[in-house]
Amino acid sequence: MNGRYRADARALGGLVENDRVHRDVYVDPEVFDLEMERLWSRTWIYVGHASQVPKAGDFITADIAANPVILVRHTDGKVRVLMNRCAHKGTKVVYDTAGNAGKTFRCPYHAWTYRTDGTLLNIPLKAGYEGTSLNAQGLTPVTHETYRGFVFARLQPGLGFRDYFGDSLSSIDNLADRSPEGELELVGGCLRYLHNCNWKMFVENLNDTMHPMIVHASSAGTAKKLWEGKPADMPKPMAIEQYAPFANDYKFFDDMGVRVYPHGHGFSGVNFSIHSSYSSIPEYEEAMKRTYGEERAKQILGTVRHNTVYYPSLTIKGAIQSIRVARPLAADKTMIESWTFRLKGAPDKLLERTMMYNRLINSPMSVVGHDDLHCYRSAQEGLAAEGNEWVSLHRDFKQTELGAGELTCNGTSEISMRNQFRAWREFMAP
Amino acid sequence: MTEAELAKFIYQEARLLDEKRFDQWYELFTEDAHYWVPLVPGQTDALTHNSLAYDDKLLLKLRIERLKQPTAYSQKPASRCLHVLQAPEMDKSDPARGEYVMRTPFLYTETKGDESQRYAATAWHTLVRSDQGLKIRLKRVDILNADAALPSIQLFL
Repeated sequence: MNGRYRADARALGGLVENDRVHRDVYVDPEVFDLEMERLWSRTWIYVGHASQVPKAGDFITADIAANPVILVRHTDGKVRVLMNRCAHKGTKVVYDTAGNAGKTFRCPYHAWTYRTDGTLLNIPLKAGYEGTSLNAQGLTPVTHETYRGFVFARLQPGLGFRDYFGDSLSSIDNLADRSPEGELELVGGCLRYLHNCNWKMFVENLNDTMHPMIVHASSAGTAKKLWEGKPADMPKPMAIEQYAPFANDYKFFDDMGVRVYPHGHGFSGVNFSIHSSYSSIPEYEEAMKRTYGEERAKQILGTVRHNTVYYPSLTIKGAIQSIRVARPLAADKTMIESWTFRLKGAPDKLLERTMMYNRLINSPMSVVGHDDLHCYRSAQEGLAAEGNEWVSLHRDFKQTELGAGELTCNGTSEISMRNQFRAWREFMAP
Repeated sequence: MTEAELAKFIYQEARLLDEKRFDQWYELFTEDAHYWVPLVPGQTDALTHNSLAYDDKLLLKLRIERLKQPTAYSQKPASRCLHVLQAPEMDKSDPARGEYVMRTPFLYTETKGDESQRYAATAWHTLVRSDQGLKIRLKRVDILNADAALPSIQLFL
């Protein structure tokens, strides 16, 4: 699509100012297409977790920035990311969301076959191509990097993995370190929640700490009320422990703190978070001490971050061992995948806790999710209103934050959104 | 109890949901009851596998009370629903213990403003006879496409 932004870097970059953004970043289909081509293709996008493909030939499929890809474990034991597109006519060589390919991918259309590293193995009646200019490639390999099992891909040339994520990787470390064996296993299926809003509304909201006490009054507030007046020695149900903190006051969320890193990454919950006061699980804490020693175990479990955004695709919650992945489909359509981890060597109670959290918060049947999505959708519609084309990100803006790199601020600052949009501009209109 | 008596109970249960008489619906459940909407076909585990919903009575209460709140923003405008049931069939019975499992395929429609969603599903009711009459110990709803990417489903299937 050729509109006003493709050939006009100045107009595109002008959509993002220091403390506000133009509505077109959320609603304009051309901007969305450019996001897929530039931001989502030049940055590191989460594909899947290596534990989903434990054996040679195991694969999963995913769509990243509208590209169908395969994450597969090759016979050499290493994972590969390949375009799911036969070199012949473009047919996807695998169609399932997960499976085992054996030693080869065989296209269902004309049986072109490929090794699991993507190289071409065979074409039926190959002699028919003799003397032609066919220079048959394999399945196009995609640049990828695995960090503690998390597999990211970058479709176009761009920054190196470490340069892109920097110290924000400490949140992935904390999640993996929470396993007494230092390893994660993705289990329990995926909740897929269709959002009829722009992907950024979801990603921004994760560190929007001014909304929970308002948006979730009907769910978290009701949970709190249902528990009020119960005897102090009555064990608090896990569901109440998980819901109630969403109704905490402004001071709580402000004191949580927020930290941002270059290229759009960041997290809230520098000091504590809504996950800090869950009941302890002594058997788990003992297992952690055995592995790490008392001091290190305390340090790992004392790091209780809220949401970490690995801009633009992956958001993680170490303290509850779950991740949410944004898969943009259109300017006003996004699929949110929510996945859960087993911490290897930890008791099942932790698995039960993450499953409960995932269905209470991230399911299409979540009463927390319903109210969040209502607000995103409402904004998607409201932004059509003429008379004000700008979205405010002014809260706690300071000139000194510009170019500051890593920065820690009060929790109700909108800095994480400003930081994301600075990265957005960096990749969209360099 | 006869299959017809059990079926009548299930028709009445659906009617309570369609008429949004949720407080009365809540009273149909035993204290240890669950309302379960699995994520994948044939799912056997509700605790260590993801589900769309797995509510005990506390969580059912929370959903019902929330719907009464003026701050339940996602209910502006309020959702409506209709269950169209196939005749419920007895799947298992243990008359000595007063326990019965009923299988009921159904079509479910949920609307909100101009939007409308439809699902095909199968309900599995584990019903128990008690001093207060028949109660639900487990209502399991297998949505045909539970593992699809779904929008908000706000009422009860």
